This record gives sequence, structure tokens and C-alpha cells, in this order.
Amino acid sequence: MSTKDIVYIALFAAITAAMGLFPAFTLPIIAVPITAQSMGPMLAGAIAGAKRGALAMVLFDLLVMVGLPLLAGGRGGVGIFLGPSGGFILAWPIAALLIGYLYEKNIRSLSVVKEAVFITLGGIVIIYSAGIPWISAFAKITLSQAAIGAMGFIPGDIIKVILTVLIVRPVRKAYPTLESR
Amino acid sequence: MTVSEYIHGHSFIHRTPPGLKILILAVLGTLLFVFPNMIFAAASLAIIVMLYPLAGISPKVMLAQIKPILAILVLLFLVQLFMVNWQSGVLVIVRLSALMLTASLITLTTRSSDMIDALEKRLAWLYFIGINPAKISLALSLALRFIPVLAAITQEVREAQKARGLNNSVIAVAIPVIVRTLKMADSIAMALEARAYDPQSPYRAKKSSKKETSDVD
Repeated sequence: MSTKDIVYIALFAAITAAMGLFPAFTLPIIAVPITAQSMGPMLAGAIAGAKRGALAMVLFDLLVMVGLPLLAGGRGGVGIFLGPSGGFILAWPIAALLIGYLYEKNIRSLSVVKEAVFITLGGIVIIYSAGIPWISAFAKITLSQAAIGAMGFIPGDIIKVILTVLIVRPVRKAYPTLESR
Repeated sequence: MTVSEYIHGHSFIHRTPPGLKILILAVLGTLLFVFPNMIFAAASLAIIVMLYPLAGISPKVMLAQIKPILAILVLLFLVQLFMVNWQSGVLVIVRLSALMLTASLITLTTRSSDMIDALEKRLAWLYFIGINPAKISLALSLALRFIPVLAAITQEVREAQKARGLNNSVIAVAIPVIVRTLKMADSIAMALEARAYDPQSPYRAKKSSKKETSDVD
């Protein structure tokens, strides 16, 4: 691992943390507050790539675990991982890994649609498939009840996927960071 | 902007080694979930609440620790109330408050630098599977340093875009912020290497006696 890799890992962990510090922006029509923080793994995977992105999320989880109040709303500590959002946060490294892998694999043939699919797979499919069973185990409700509860986040997450695509494309043109796998 | 909530003090809680505190938290967290027992949960909560004054932390600060999760606590109570019964609801709340207050007490009484040092020591075994714990603590320290820097850059870009009439465009702020921080990251990496930082070797003198095994990837 090069020095550059270490700095990138730290940077994307910090970007994820910083997104939790900024106030959540509220959607005008459905009035659902969105914390930008779950865009962290999407950006990390799509910009820093599979290995660096995944390690950045592991680093972020570590920082939260040692008790820093980096999660949106100033939450942190080992207790969080035993709470309802634990599964979502622990899935972030896997999400970044998958997004980064798909980006690196298809770096020469990326299109808006492909990117949206990749980010949805990592940022929504992977995260929900870890988060929903976790909620169900934690709150002692059935899987389907947990799944219905989690649907409330879907509109916000779709907007985050769109925003990520709109951010990542110009960033890649201005400052390419990924190499083909 | 600061990420540390550390409150200076000399109590025995402040002096407890950070590694031990994390261990106690992990054990308490596991026990609370393995044994869903009201008496145990209430006793844990009572003990942790009594530890706050012993650490010299005001009740106001203690209540502020619970405030961010208040809405979640109410929601969890309602879910349990309708799905199971009120006793279960109370148990869930007492348990989560006890954990939250324990985690917060550790954050309030431990400097992040001490926590990172403790973590580096705990991770020493990684050395034998080819991962250098010194790299992890470099990444940890860099990440902590980056957070206020990012906030400052975002503020600058926000003002610049406001001057151009882009008041509330998330994208118009995010793109320049990310490009600028990527450039900054590259400069920092070069600066680290220019000062002879070698990621393959531990930069702490105490480990230099050990024969280096290469972990090139």
C-alpha cells in the first residue's frame, strides 16, 4: 500500500464523517430529512476505488467504534453497532468495495445508466440486505416488518444515487483517480 | 469545529486505560443483549449514571448525551409497546440508554489521541499478518485532521458559489470540494514521502529494533 493510498483512505473516511456534521437537508415535497452521510460509501467506491474505498469505510467504522461522535446527529461509540443502524453502517465497506470493483472493471465503458446501476447495487441493495435483517434481530420484529419500515428511506436513497452520479462524473473528468482493473 | 468532546479531568475514570474502557463497554454491550433482564439493565443504568458525577461531568452534559437518540428511544418504545408489551419497551430503552451513556462517558473522559495510541497497541498483532499498525494510526490521525479542513474548504466553496448565484446547489459545492480535497490528498502524500515517510516501515522508534518483514502489495 502506498502513502497515497493511506491518505486517500483517510480522506474518504473524513469526507464521510464531515457529511454527518453538515445539517441534513430536507426534501421540499415529501419533507423527509436526508443525512448526506450514506453517500459516503457511494463516493468512496466510485472515486477512490474498491480497495481504498472499502478501507476508508472500515476506518470510518473504527473511528465511530472508538467513540467519536461522527455519525449524523453526533452519535458514536460501540453501542451504535448494537443498535438498529448497526447493520447499515457495517455494510458500508462492502458497498464501497462492490461499487469500486464495478467502476474499475468498467472504467472504459461507463455511462450514466451503468453508473446509476452500480451505485444502486452497492449503495442500496447491499446496504439494505445487511441492514434489514439487523433491524429485525435488534427490534425483535419480523423481516417483512423491518423491510416495510426501511422503505421510508428509499426515496432519499434514490436521490443520493442520482446526486452521486452527478457529482462523480465531473469529478472523474476533472481529476481521474481510478485505474482499470 | 471540533470532533472531540473530551472534558479535562483527573478522576479515576479519566485515568483508566482507554483499552480497558473499550473492553468494559464491549463486555457490557454484549451482556446486555445476551441477558435481556430488567434488573441487570436497570442496575447497569444506575451505576453508569452514578459514574458521571464521579468523573466530574455535570448532569446537563449527561442529558445532552441522550438527547440525539431521544426520538429513536421513543420510536423503539412504541414499536415494543404495540408488538410485545410495555415491560419489553422499558427494557429496550433502559438497555440502550445504559449503553449510550457508557459509550459517551468514555468519549468524554478519553482524549482521541490516547484512544488512537491504545488502538495502535491493540492492533500490534496485525503486524504478523502483514499489516502495519503504524499505517492504521497514520490513517486515523490523518482522517481526524481532515474533518475540520474539509469543513473549512466547504465553507470557502459555498461562499464562492454564493457569489456566483448558486445558493443552494449541492452539486455545485460538492464537485469543487471533492476535486480540491483530492488534489490536497495528493500533495499530502507527496509531502509525506518527501519527508522520507516510508509506509513499509513503522515510523515509531520503539519498533525499529524489530527485523522488518516486507508487506509490499
